[in-house]
This record gives sequence, C-alpha cells and structure tokens, in this order.
Amino acid sequence: MIDAQLVYGLAGILLFSMGLRSAFSSTALLRRVLAINVAGAGLFLLLIAVAYRGLDKAPDPLPHALVLTGIVVAFSATALALALGRRLQETSDDE
Amino acid sequence: METLAWGLLDLLLIAALLALAWGALSGKNLQRAVVHFIGFGLLLALIWLRLRAPDIALAEAAIGAGLTGALLLAALRDTPREVVSGADQPGDAKAANSFGVAAGLALLSGGLVVLLAMAYLQALEQADPVRLAQQIQIHLEQTGVSNPVTAVLLNFRAYDTLLELAVLMAAVLGIMALGPARAAYLASGTMLSGLSRWLTPILILVSGYLLWVGAHAPGGAFQAGALLAGAGVLLRLAGFPDQQIPPATVLRSLIITGVSLFLAVGLGVMLAGRGFLDYPPAWAGGLILLIETAATLGIATTLVLAFLGGAPPQWTGLHGSGPAAGEPNS
Repeated sequence: MIDAQLVYGLAGILLFSMGLRSAFSSTALLRRVLAINVAGAGLFLLLIAVAYRGLDKAPDPLPHALVLTGIVVAFSATALALALGRRLQETSDDE
Repeated sequence: METLAWGLLDLLLIAALLALAWGALSGKNLQRAVVHFIGFGLLLALIWLRLRAPDIALAEAAIGAGLTGALLLAALRDTPREVVSGADQPGDAKAANSFGVAAGLALLSGGLVVLLAMAYLQALEQADPVRLAQQIQIHLEQTGVSNPVTAVLLNFRAYDTLLELAVLMAAVLGIMALGPARAAYLASGTMLSGLSRWLTPILILVSGYLLWVGAHAPGGAFQAGALLAGAGVLLRLAGFPDQQIPPATVLRSLIITGVSLFLAVGLGVMLAGRGFLDYPPAWAGGLILLIETAATLGIATTLVLAFLGGAPPQWTGLHGSGPAAGEPNS
C-alpha cells in the first residue's frame, strides 16, 4: 500500500521546511527556538524513515544512534539558547 | 507489504503531527505554542514506536517532550507578558515582515521542499548498496552487548559518543557562565510534593533498570540519564527546600565524570596495546556498562543544570548571591 518510508520521509522534509521558515520569519526568541526544534524533529523523522525496513525486518541501527545523539544535543542547545536569551533580556532591562 | 490499516494509521499520525507543528509555529500566543510543542513531542514518540525505534521513543518522550517542554514552560516565566500573548505583534503576526520578505521566504521554503523531496525520491529508488547495517549485524557478538543501537553508540562509534558528552559539558559550562539559576519555586501543595516523594525513588529505580537493560533491550545511558534528570526537575518544581541540589564539589565531579571515565577507559585500553577505545572483546560488556554508568550520572547532572538555566546558589564564588539566585518566587 502506502510506503511508510516514503510518507514519513516526506513528512520530515515538510517539518524541516516549516521550522526553518518560521525560524527566519519570527521575532520572539522562544518562537525561534520552537521552530529550530521542529526543524530538528523533521530531520530526525527523515533519518528514522530511511532506517526503516518494514514491520518484519530489524531496522538499520546506525541512524538510530545518530538521532539519539541528536535529541540530547538539541536539548542542550535549546537550554543554552534560552539562557542566552534570558541574559540578553536582563541586560536590555538594565539599560 | 503492509495492509491498508497501517497505511491509514500512518496518514493519521502524520496529519496530527503536522497539525501540532503548525499549532506550535503559528498563532500569536507563545504559551499555546509551547503546549502544542509538548504534544508534538509525545506524538513523535508514538511515531518512533511505529517506525520500530523504541530506544528513540524512550529518549524522545523523556528529553524531547518532557525535559524540553519543562524547559520551555520555565522560559515562559522569563519572557515579558506582551511577548507571550503576542500583543506586541502588529495586527496579524504575518504582517510583521514586509510582503517581499514573506514572499521570498515562502518561495525559498517551497523550493526547499521540492528539492529535498526530489532528492529523497531518487535516493529511495537506488539499489541497496552494501549497507553498514549488515556489517553491524555480522560483528554484533564481538561488541559485548546485543542491542544494536547500544553497540553502535558505545562500541562502533564510541568516539562520537565521547565527543557528544563533551558537547553536553561545553553547553552546561556556557549556561553556568551566563548567570545565576532561574528563581526557585515555592513549596508546592500536598498533591505535587506527595507525588514527587513517591515518584523520585521509582524514577531512580527505573533509571537504574534502563541502564542495565540497555545491553540487550531498548534502553541505555541516555534514557537512564534523562529519567534521573526528570526526578531532579520534579524535585525542583515541587519546591523542596534547597531543591535537593548537591554541593558544588559533587556537582562538578558529576559533570566531568562522564567524559573523564570514558576517556580513561579509552586511554586505558591503549596501555594494553590496543587502539584508542578499541575494547578487548572479552571485557567489552563490562567496560561498556562502566562507561554507561558514569555517563548516566553525568548526563543527568548536565540536564538538570541545563533546566536550572544558570549556576545554582551552591556554585559558590562564581556570581554574587543576588536576590534572583536562590530566593523562591512563584
């Protein structure tokens, strides 16, 4: 029927594009961080779709390891971005 | 291959995912966007299960939806009220950009989708070359673990994981250097403090279990570390006095413990005449468990400190203990 690899891969590409566009067009920092996270999730979806081999065969573990690493690093990057934003807010409030 | 029911399920999941992403990215109210994003993360965890990626599903639910959601909600506290409700945007949010910029962005993103989709379709049609998956399957029993994802993370690509732990450490050092932690929370009511008293030992136990079981079933250091971090964040949110954060010396040693033990093992096997991080097959299982234990503690500490958003009051000598540092505030 509908090839899961194709459909999820295209969904990942869509998410990436949506997130990237929102990251460029928004002004609030929080919204941009959300957008980058959504774009990252789209990329992860693409990777896992590529690794998928069907319901009866084991998936390819290498993209899984890449995505696992990616999720943790994305969280720490988000935390750093938000800490930077908070500091910028404080310094602009002090002026 | 797969029946109509699976195809319909896939379309339903993807439609819901795109709808939640749209809710997170559009609209003026930031609080609504964050809540949509948390739902997005949880649905994504279900999709990982559908795509036969249970390790990723565990990590996504714990870190992608749980910890990131908590972090974003805490960040909403710091954001000025007008920005959260979107009242500072003129009229329609889209009118903030000039028409040319908006059109250009739409064209670029549309073009990007078309280009990537064409490349992807072409890549899918290629004949299957010699894939690394076969190589991983062939050499799996020499790795000391039977979960292929753990084998890739901690044996085949152990160097990448070492560098990733270093990246986590660098991020948390950056966060510590930026300022004091976010204001603490007031002691919460009976419900939350009672619940967190029950949940914390359970979370610690399940975290230890995930660490152990990662060798032969979905699990591993990252998922275990994320659960421990969840326990730490829960204690912080319940407003316990001094939030059970250990003293600075313990925090510092926990942060460096993941990277330094990994490095020590990698260099140690060089003393035995092997390459860097080239574990002897007989010892591989034990060494991997040792590295994963240290990594779990390091990851948990790093994630909790990242949630705190700055140096906690125990981190003495770095910042003046101003009112924002440790005083509770709602």
